[in-house]
Amino acid sequence: MQFMLLFSRQGKLRLQKWYVPLSDKEKKKITRELVQTVLARKPKMCSFLEWRDLKIVYKRYASLYFCCATEGQDNELITLEIIHRYVELLDKYFGSVCELDIIFNFEKAYFILDEFLLGGEAQETSKKNVLKAIEQADLLQENEMGLFYALLAAVSTLN
Amino acid sequence: MPAVSKGDGMRGLAVFISDIRNCKSKEAEIKRINKELANIRSKFKGDKALDGYSKKKYVCKLLFIFLLGHDIDFGHMEAVNLLSSNKYTEKQIGYLFISVLVNSNSELIRLINNAIKNDLSSRNPTFMCLALHCIANVGSREMAEAFASEIPRILVAGDTMDSVKQSAALCLLRLYKTSPDLVLMGEWTSRVVHLLNDQHMGVVTAAISLITCLSQKNPDEFKTCVSLAVSRLSRIVSSASTDLQDYTYYFVPAPWLSCKLLRLLQCYPPPEDGAVKGRLVECLETILNKAQEPPKSKKVQHSNAKNAILFEAISLIIHYDSEPNLLVRACNQLGQFLQHRETNLRYLALESMCTLASSEFSHEAVKTHIETVINALKTERDVSVRQRAADLLYAMCDRSNAKQIVAEMLSYLETADYSIREEMVLKVAILAEKYAVDYSWYVDTILNLIRIAGDYVSEEVWYRVIQIVINRDDVQGYAAKTVFEALQAPACHENMVKVGGYILGEFGNLIAELPFSAPCSSTFSQRPRRLSKRCCAMSWLVHLQQTVHNSDQYYVQTSEVVSPVPQATVLEEMPPFPERESSILAKLKKKKGPGAVSVTELEDGKREGGELNGGGERGPETASCVSQSTPSPSADLLGIRSVAPVGASLSSAGSLLVDVFSEAGPAAPSAAVNDDGFLRYKAVLWLSSCKVSAPPSEDPAPPLSEADELLDKFVCKNNGVLFENQLLQIGIKSEYRQNLGRMYLFYGNKTSVQFASFTTTVSCPGELQPQLNVQSKPVEPLVEGGAQIQQVLNIECITDFSEAPLLNIKFRYGGALQNLTLKLPVTINKFFQPTEMASQDFFQRWKQLSQPQQEAQKIFKASHGMDTEVIKAKLLGLGMALLDNVDPNPENYVCAGVIQTKGQQVGCLLRLEPNAQAQMYRLTLRCSKDLVSRRLCELLAQQF
Repeated sequence: MQFMLLFSRQGKLRLQKWYVPLSDKEKKKITRELVQTVLARKPKMCSFLEWRDLKIVYKRYASLYFCCATEGQDNELITLEIIHRYVELLDKYFGSVCELDIIFNFEKAYFILDEFLLGGEAQETSKKNVLKAIEQADLLQENEMGLFYALLAAVSTLN
Repeated sequence: MPAVSKGDGMRGLAVFISDIRNCKSKEAEIKRINKELANIRSKFKGDKALDGYSKKKYVCKLLFIFLLGHDIDFGHMEAVNLLSSNKYTEKQIGYLFISVLVNSNSELIRLINNAIKNDLSSRNPTFMCLALHCIANVGSREMAEAFASEIPRILVAGDTMDSVKQSAALCLLRLYKTSPDLVLMGEWTSRVVHLLNDQHMGVVTAAISLITCLSQKNPDEFKTCVSLAVSRLSRIVSSASTDLQDYTYYFVPAPWLSCKLLRLLQCYPPPEDGAVKGRLVECLETILNKAQEPPKSKKVQHSNAKNAILFEAISLIIHYDSEPNLLVRACNQLGQFLQHRETNLRYLALESMCTLASSEFSHEAVKTHIETVINALKTERDVSVRQRAADLLYAMCDRSNAKQIVAEMLSYLETADYSIREEMVLKVAILAEKYAVDYSWYVDTILNLIRIAGDYVSEEVWYRVIQIVINRDDVQGYAAKTVFEALQAPACHENMVKVGGYILGEFGNLIAELPFSAPCSSTFSQRPRRLSKRCCAMSWLVHLQQTVHNSDQYYVQTSEVVSPVPQATVLEEMPPFPERESSILAKLKKKKGPGAVSVTELEDGKREGGELNGGGERGPETASCVSQSTPSPSADLLGIRSVAPVGASLSSAGSLLVDVFSEAGPAAPSAAVNDDGFLRYKAVLWLSSCKVSAPPSEDPAPPLSEADELLDKFVCKNNGVLFENQLLQIGIKSEYRQNLGRMYLFYGNKTSVQFASFTTTVSCPGELQPQLNVQSKPVEPLVEGGAQIQQVLNIECITDFSEAPLLNIKFRYGGALQNLTLKLPVTINKFFQPTEMASQDFFQRWKQLSQPQQEAQKIFKASHGMDTEVIKAKLLGLGMALLDNVDPNPENYVCAGVIQTKGQQVGCLLRLEPNAQAQMYRLTLRCSKDLVSRRLCELLAQQF
């Protein structure tokens, strides 16, 4: 996968993750064009489209569009399910996720994504394992490092 | 889980985000942001040391501002400070900031790398993962330099936690993509491959992406992964839907891993080990079987995951291209999807079938779905699906269905989306030419193409139809008649007029008997635009001229009456077309945003189409694009209005076509000053047709009518008698090495009388000039009766070529000037180097050369006996290596060779399939350069 974009129906970018090196200018240009292109498509249209030399796989969840750019020979359907799994992860973490959760906790959305996908490839597809990693981190948040290992032990007994 | 404010909840950040959301205008937002930036800057610069929480909060705000699309030029140092915090969330925010806003500031990179190094050696898995995520996200060369040697060790170490292994594998993949030279697996290779056996599915899932990428680049070093991948796949495919617990996704066991395994196997040929192969074929069959089972869930996720594996399995089957049974099953399965209610599946089935169509095992099976595909082309509501249908029709097209497919594509073109018209036009043109059985069908098709989608018919297409008409005298009359009729339509596309101009100009005389009447003259007088009018006028006038030309006795008189006037008109210089016309239009386009009033409906549609295609920015660039007259859709469109680009592009065409069929160049000196290539060309044509039959001159004679036949005799041999008449015999000996050749010409005087003023000239006409270099020394001007003189030619092939050099011989025999021109038998195949290869290599290369233009094919009747030894001798004489035991059918002949030119090597593969019963041959050539395929095909078709 080359990049993933989340944007609203109004075209506001909510999350952007780039797995290939591009300049900020290029990123902005791609985002602008792609958001326009995807928003112009009608419901019931196919979830895949060829755009430049990329294959775009996108899906709309409520007010948000999730959009992945893959290389030509990548599997479109499995990419579609990558999107779905990410939505499930967000949903589970925030509890019925909505756009506002992602706006106000954007950093969490990035952290979850990093646990799930790394360098554009699936790192861990088990929902349980991804959330375990995130929750572990949440438990760590306000504790001094001295408590770290005690907590780690607690977490592993919780699971 | 609490629904809001997960983690530590930075209140200040939440307030700031709310403020931004409440801004009523962009200005208000910018104002609020600037206020915040000033605040943060003062905090960072202040005397009071900030605590970790505040630092984290401000860095996070800066990140938010950046993600909104604003520039951030400070805060990097504070973020780097966070990396060395002991608190996890502070560290985490620091890493996030660095990941999103990398700065190539070397000082910072050093600090960042230091922090990463500390975390990697902390043995704290959570910190190690954060550091690895950061490297994977940034993936810069500096990071590769610092960590590429460390990470493989972490990846394979026995005591590394699973989650760290997963991050390390993908981190390494990212570094390998950025700097493959720095990532050296070496001693780790085997242990990395064995990660495919890891107990933890997550580790396998992550590691396989790395292994796939490494295998693509170093297949040999990683080939042990094949058997491991097959056994892993087999275990997953045969597991029950609940066996894999959390790795089961909507009742589908490990869909991501399965897809990745199948993808990895596509880096390799079918397994050689029979047992492994058997197990794999079993897996593939199981996957195909499962597709027929009733779904375990109605959720789309279930069917998507299941079908993702199925499509990947089909890709592998197509990649192997060796299991006819599986290929046909795959094709049937895709056939079912063609009518599925899910648009996504229809799309993918069309796409996948496209590759199946090129396999000889499944081509016929794909063809059975033609009606469904045509229907898809007509009824799909989504343009991207229709596009796939059009691609598939193109791929499944062969001689048997070409007429139907071309007809369907043409009718689709009438309503096709603007975004895909240009491509469709090209496809129709290619198919029409490739599968033309009778050329009148071809001419009809191209004229229809121009009628329906004239704007999208690029120069290449309409030049081609003219070339073909010129080369085939059996279609010339028909073409002339057809364009003549087409030009009488009340509205004619510009391109139709151009084609008409050329064809009538050349072959108008063939339809001289047709009464040409008012409609024609009115056609051109109604043309609104200058260029059109001229083209048409010219085509009409030239036509008139040639009609009259037919009867010599009228000629002089007519030329006096008719010629001077139109000649003057024709040669009158076209006023130069100033740039401003096109730039005004460009400006107009630039000013109008999308949705503004459009110049024409058509243009509007085009702009829309351009955007769908991501067709670049419309703006200042457009102006330059127009003036360069590229054949892109927008330039083409504008070209109609601004004549300059059309003229400019035509000049190249003009010269090309002049070379093809006119030697009258010097006859029109005054035309040469004209800037307009088209007009220049037409003027030349005009003058050449005006010329009264040439007075006996010292100009080289045109090549003998039998020159081509003489040339054909030497395609497969190098020595022999090239020409003989009552006076003269010309023998040839030649040898070739690499891209160089030497030819000895022997001129024998068969009479008893001396030949005087004996001169020979070798020339490379037209486009051959830069392609072939022939040097010769002058010969003695006297050839005694019965004597023979010799001449040596040195030949160098610069690049591939199609024409033959000309040899002109002039001498006086008993006072009379003898003047004859022959074609020298220097053909492209003379520069072949034979290439031996094994069957597998041959077919792999054959497949690589699968673009339609790389292939040339001819089916023709045997004109000699079909004796095996004779055929073999001829193929050997051709210069290619004749390969045994390559073609599954022993009757067929396959050859391979490389044409050596100065600039490049052109790989060529040949397949000759004789059909003794029908006394026919099918000859197929695939070359890395398309013109070469065609030329070789033409040459060879005359040999058997």
